[in-house]
Amino acid sequence: MSGTLRNQAVRTLQNRAFLALCLVCTSLSVLLVAVLLVTIVTQGSARLFNQAAVDAVFSHGELGHIPELIRWSVLTNFASRRPDDAGLCAPLLGSVWVCLTCMVFALPLGVGTAVYLEEFATRTRFSRFVELNVRNLAGVPSIVYGIIGLTAFSRMFGLFGNPDGTPIQIGDPDSALSLRLPFGPSVLAGGLTLMLVVLPIIIIASQEALRAVPKSLRQASEALGATRWQTTRLVTIPAAVSSILTGAILALSRAIGEAAPLLVLGIPVFIANTPSGPMSNFTVLPFQIFNWASRPQVAFQELAATAIIVLLAVLLTLNALVIYLRHRLHHAL
Amino acid sequence: MTTAHTSPALRAALAAKHGSLRSSVLRELRERFVRGMFILCTVFSIGTTLAIIATLAWETTHFFALPEVTLADFLLGTTWSPLLGAEKHFGIWPLVCGTFLVAGVGALFALPVGLIAAVYLSEYAPKRIRATVKPVLEVLAGVPTVVYGFFALTAITPALQWMCTLVFGVPIFPGYNATGAGLAVGIMILPIVCSLSEDALQSVPRSLREGGYALGGNRFDVSVRIVVPAALSGIMASFFLAITRAVGETMIVALAAGGLAHLTLNPANETQTMTAYMVQIFLGDAPAFGVENLSSYAVAAVLFVITLGLTVAGNILLKLFQEEYE
Repeated sequence: MSGTLRNQAVRTLQNRAFLALCLVCTSLSVLLVAVLLVTIVTQGSARLFNQAAVDAVFSHGELGHIPELIRWSVLTNFASRRPDDAGLCAPLLGSVWVCLTCMVFALPLGVGTAVYLEEFATRTRFSRFVELNVRNLAGVPSIVYGIIGLTAFSRMFGLFGNPDGTPIQIGDPDSALSLRLPFGPSVLAGGLTLMLVVLPIIIIASQEALRAVPKSLRQASEALGATRWQTTRLVTIPAAVSSILTGAILALSRAIGEAAPLLVLGIPVFIANTPSGPMSNFTVLPFQIFNWASRPQVAFQELAATAIIVLLAVLLTLNALVIYLRHRLHHAL
Repeated sequence: MTTAHTSPALRAALAAKHGSLRSSVLRELRERFVRGMFILCTVFSIGTTLAIIATLAWETTHFFALPEVTLADFLLGTTWSPLLGAEKHFGIWPLVCGTFLVAGVGALFALPVGLIAAVYLSEYAPKRIRATVKPVLEVLAGVPTVVYGFFALTAITPALQWMCTLVFGVPIFPGYNATGAGLAVGIMILPIVCSLSEDALQSVPRSLREGGYALGGNRFDVSVRIVVPAALSGIMASFFLAITRAVGETMIVALAAGGLAHLTLNPANETQTMTAYMVQIFLGDAPAFGVENLSSYAVAAVLFVITLGLTVAGNILLKLFQEEYE
């Protein structure tokens, strides 16, 4: 009798202690996010915001100064040896160019693969092999993709090029539509490399989106005499489109944050022009952050923090878009 | 409007009159063409794997064909000094050791904390807290790793140095060290562990919990003795995924772990991982076909084999321990 009572007390204590441990671990996780954000904002906000304008707007209510809140020169200047003149123009536009190139290739390929696996393929050994393969590809470190991108796109296995080592030029080199073989560290090579990184994400997300479409919709369509492709195009994909888009945006935010694979391609550290076509040189935001953060001077560390704020702002916007799309999906089905 | 009200039978009859034979042949052709395009997309994904294996294997054989490199030295050697000194040594162990040291520090922090946080969110937390913490974790999972690298360099390592000065009187940790980088890697994989483990715990059927409570168990008994074991396959899968990510992580270690490859398990030391070595080579002006450049392909091949092994092992464990519930 006394034994079970003590036992009961021990178990209650155990339960309480575990709950305390749980609370510690969860609040530690949340606290870390807070510390991370505070560290970055305290270091980076001085170069992003205009202190005089902040005072004018928030202390004196002079709303006319709102456009001056942000020091726009940080966004419109090129990188510089002097921290006070340095800006994010080249990496911002470089990120946009490369990520758009990446999505132009990755979206059709990824969704196409998912449509084949879910709608066309029978459950053969081949399709199971492809699925396993995609899952394994998702675990490959991005720097390994960078090495493949360097070999396959940037150098093209050493198969192309003039005898003197210069690349073969096709079309007018000043035109945006010219082509160069091998691609070198260009926007096209960077986009294709990032495509390799995000392809498994898009395939898996699109597969899940298509799998979530009820079978009855397809059966109804086929009962009306529609072919497999007509069913896919007119019924299944429209029903799955917001989930597919959600996956695509997640893939895009992964692509925006990747520095390692592009670094391997040999993209330049300092660049004073923005891309004008697929063969232009470029740099990206995460690589610029890496470059500034690895310098010893405090001023460059602050610049790195400023660039991180800009990068996180872009990513948060994309996340908000995902939440909005999920909300719409909720209404649709 | 009129077609909508026409009966299907009538429409079929009309179609039969107006060359349905040609349209069905066209339709068949289009169907085949579309199918072919989709197969091409699928083949591309297999092609990527083949390209990875072929490229790494090809360049690695080139590397071992060089006179200054031997396979035995690479696999058994304990010195990695491709850039310094008169005699270059290519023994992979210091890099493997550095990689697992950093990943180990990260895992030691993230796996228990992540799992316990997941148990709390799934079994203990009120709905409101779960609904707030889950999206925060998802946002955290999307933060680029270079941000964590910056955090390690400017916050974690200084904090470690400050604490050690407070306790021991000396900072102990140098500016670049395995612990700072490892903890940042831990913060990076924490949301993966927590979010995926929580999914696994949530998928355990309610009836199991109710059975536990009916037998007189309290919340601790039910969650730790029943729900966690029942979700073990999913939890293990999340652990393996997180460790794979930690092993392949590049930007954090390139920023915060330093650039000195030596065989050590002391987490206060400066260390170099396989990924950080590749960054060092590709950031420097190593000639495109020199021994340093080729060595990075061999390192990449080892890294690829390790991460693939971890992924496959995780999948096998998932299958082995998967419990089927009705």
